[in-house]
Amino acid sequence: MSLASAGTDRLRGMRIDLKTAGPLVALILLCVLGYSLNPLFLAEGNVSNLLTRSAFIGIIAVGATFVITAGGIDLSVGSMAAFIAGMMIIVMNWAVESMGVSVGTVLLGIGCSLILGIGAGFINGFLTTKGKIEAFIVTLGTMGIYRSLITYFANGGTLSLDSDARQIYRPIYYDSLLGIPIPVWVFIVVALIGWVLMNRTAFGRYCMAIGSSEHVARYSAIKVDRVRTITYILQGLCVSLATIIYVPRLGSASSATGVLWELEAIAAVIIGGTVLKGGYGRIGGTVIGALILTAIGNILNLTEIISNYLNGAVQGVIIIAAVYLQRGSFRAGRKKTPAQ
Amino acid sequence: MFLKQVTLALTATTVLAGAAMAQDEQVRIGVSIPAATHGWAGGLNWHAQEAESRIEAQYDNIDIVLVTADSPGDQASDIEDLISVQQIDALVVLPFESDPLVEPVRQAKEAGAFITVVDRGLPDTSIQDVYVAGNNSELGSVSADYMMSRLSEGDNIVILRGIPTVIDTERFDAFMAGIEGSGINVLDDEFANWNRDDGFEVMQDFLSRFPDIDAVWAQDDDIAMGVVEAIRQAGREDEMFVVGGAGMKDVIQGIMEGNELIPVDVLYPPAMIATAMDITVANFTSNGPVQGEYILGAPLITQENAEQFYYPDSPF
Repeated sequence: MSLASAGTDRLRGMRIDLKTAGPLVALILLCVLGYSLNPLFLAEGNVSNLLTRSAFIGIIAVGATFVITAGGIDLSVGSMAAFIAGMMIIVMNWAVESMGVSVGTVLLGIGCSLILGIGAGFINGFLTTKGKIEAFIVTLGTMGIYRSLITYFANGGTLSLDSDARQIYRPIYYDSLLGIPIPVWVFIVVALIGWVLMNRTAFGRYCMAIGSSEHVARYSAIKVDRVRTITYILQGLCVSLATIIYVPRLGSASSATGVLWELEAIAAVIIGGTVLKGGYGRIGGTVIGALILTAIGNILNLTEIISNYLNGAVQGVIIIAAVYLQRGSFRAGRKKTPAQ
Repeated sequence: MFLKQVTLALTATTVLAGAAMAQDEQVRIGVSIPAATHGWAGGLNWHAQEAESRIEAQYDNIDIVLVTADSPGDQASDIEDLISVQQIDALVVLPFESDPLVEPVRQAKEAGAFITVVDRGLPDTSIQDVYVAGNNSELGSVSADYMMSRLSEGDNIVILRGIPTVIDTERFDAFMAGIEGSGINVLDDEFANWNRDDGFEVMQDFLSRFPDIDAVWAQDDDIAMGVVEAIRQAGREDEMFVVGGAGMKDVIQGIMEGNELIPVDVLYPPAMIATAMDITVANFTSNGPVQGEYILGAPLITQENAEQFYYPDSPF
């Protein structure tokens, strides 16, 4: 409610650091934990694996930051990713059959992915704003639709990319530029653009204004419907980019692709300090949130001391602890807590 | 023309009667299985549909109603509908989960239906007339035997498990019992949820963690496909081999072509649903008894016998 007043209150003390740096502190603590459990955690190969892996959820979560900041939610991203991956594979296989294999095959697949992502995002946005249906319901509906469509097109099994096309496409996931894997570059660029959009443009301020109070935003002559729709289109675009780097990894898509990615993306956004009910968004935090989520799974794989059956529990504890670090009332000490 | 048709019909009737078709009345068989949410279930659905069209083409008086469910709750409703709306004479069911489906299946039994349970057994076996299943323990022990034939004392393996369920535990326990005393080290085991992406990520982490791995037991072909990509990425194809399980067509094709990274597979066939449907049909058409338990083998698929397990049209 009084985020602004709480913010100024914190400005007076050292606490501002924890507010913004909370997720970073959590990530550093997690890295220390990981290193102490197994020094290989910080080995070059593992760090590179970890960053590449976090790129999928991270890129999707950057889009989700805009949607959530503007007071919306998108539950369809995981199914959308699976659907787009499946359609890319179908289109590329068709192109190989009719025109032979070339770099153009892959470009065609990428183009198909971008169009589908933007289109799917527009549908979510349009139904939410013009259709006046709650975002939760719209995206719950599209989530089911995309998941069924990929199952239908894959005939319940797995769609696999033609092996020659795969040879051309493979480097996009597996190669590096200046020692950094390409998916990580994509993640960095998406995050930077997202940061500029959120913090340095009118669009970012509109998103926060709409998330804080839709009515006030409307009276302030902000085109609420248009801005909202754009956030869903951005989300669709991010899903499409994530899918473009996902497909060359395994060269396949099935109904098991992207299951629960929506929850991971939303979790990354919230761990990063964005408020679930909207009005305040942090792209930098989202990036760290995605890294934290991926690091937990990685650390659990690198150690034997925790029973496999408890992996989910460890994840749950760390997620709650990470959010507590930035929101918990302990920072206000024994003094009066500012109204929150 | 008319006469010809009558003669044909008569011949057909005689042939059918010869095949011990005692009843002329319609027999309706309900088949309830999980929806195609992962590769193996996709194969299950495909084989069920194939069996449906084959059996219906073969017998005029048999009608098969195939329904798929997304959850145990869904499946319970499906079975209720099969009893009350379709008035089935027999039910072939592959339960989503064993315990929640005992009562719905019992109701079908009480309504007079012949019950065939597939793969996941019900805790109360008195309900079923026929039980058809793959052999998870054998899958584990056959894999262990193969590992021992290729490895020697002091060699290292890693294990990627499925989802924490009875199926996974039976496979894992039988495998561990199989390699006991052989001196093969199990470096670690982690759950990969019968999923390619998880298989890829867990294997990446095993590869960064262990410099010396001689073999991987993935116990499922979807996981194995992810594992292979991770090994290729690390460039360690020459150091180890992978054993999956189930009989996915891509893997079997690889075995036929002599793939060295996945040299063998252990069968756990989704086609078992067709076996169950055939046995159920036999209850109405054969003069022999069919009640009992049918446990299918989990044979080792090698380059020599791979062809007989290869279904190029199946989605799995």
